[in-house]
Amino acid sequence: MLADDDEDDRLFFTDAFEELKMNTKVRTFNDGVELMDYLNTEDVILPNVLFLDLNMPKKNGIVCLKEMKSNQKLSDIAIAIYSTSASEEDIEETFVLGANIYIKKPNDFNKLKKVLSDVVSINWQYHTNGLNKDNFLLRI
Amino acid sequence: MKLFLKFDFNTICKKVLEEKLYELNLKYRVLGFGEVEIVGKLSSDKYHELQESLNKYGIEIVENQKSVLVQKIKDAIIDMVFNEDTNVNVKSSVYLSEKLGHSYGYLSNLFSEITYTSIENFIILQKIEFAKQLIITTDFSLTEIAFRLNYSSVAHLSNQFKNTTGITPSAFQRIISKRREKAQKANN
Repeated sequence: MLADDDEDDRLFFTDAFEELKMNTKVRTFNDGVELMDYLNTEDVILPNVLFLDLNMPKKNGIVCLKEMKSNQKLSDIAIAIYSTSASEEDIEETFVLGANIYIKKPNDFNKLKKVLSDVVSINWQYHTNGLNKDNFLLRI
Repeated sequence: MKLFLKFDFNTICKKVLEEKLYELNLKYRVLGFGEVEIVGKLSSDKYHELQESLNKYGIEIVENQKSVLVQKIKDAIIDMVFNEDTNVNVKSSVYLSEKLGHSYGYLSNLFSEITYTSIENFIILQKIEFAKQLIITTDFSLTEIAFRLNYSSVAHLSNQFKNTTGITPSAFQRIISKRREKAQKANN
């Protein structure tokens, strides 16, 4: 699941997943309001990982992150921040707020594929091996 | 008086399965016909309890030999990493092949085939998880942690930590303690 206001980035992202040929379903949202509305619908199927852009109109990534972490139903979703910013402050702030992964958006399509496959596989490791998700921090 | 009954075996099986899983307090998802995913870890005690209760209804858990062996490899690695007594100075490949009675090449290929990751990566992941746990639950210095986990030096541990997680051990410690402060403030 991805929330990002940039259309090119969304396309880039879904194409990368398609080429990886992993057994995954991808769903994208244009902004934070759309994302949170979807997550708050009844009987929603929660994603294994949610990729969240920080700079979005209407509702930014930080606000979405805070809302999810304070909502019991949503607080267990693994959150990957997906941002063009590589500022140490942004990184640390989002981790402290409960993000699990921080991805600096790669410019190169093959790098993106590598990053996404790493994220999915390490998230799977946490999921299948009963590892402590509170200690799950990854920066790539 | 005679009653004529019609059965739907699929429904019966599914109901029995759901009831038994519920009785054992297991969180589960029925994935389709003849397949159930247990959410979280299933202890071997619970596994046997479940097996026994299902057997009464003629339902059997089909064990996949490959998955069983992979689970054994994982258990052996976790034991090796987390248990000091078994954390001897033997190469992990020797340790695993002796403990499980198969050649390392066989174990290694099987592991990669089933889990999509290598034994080496799995060992590193477990060691780093253990290091994280020690960093936040004990007062051990990084030097002591490196020694406990059989790293040749602190630099080696730090490097592997950074390579695996993308952050340094001290950044990790800082983030977790800030999270805790925040949680405490929220509770007050």
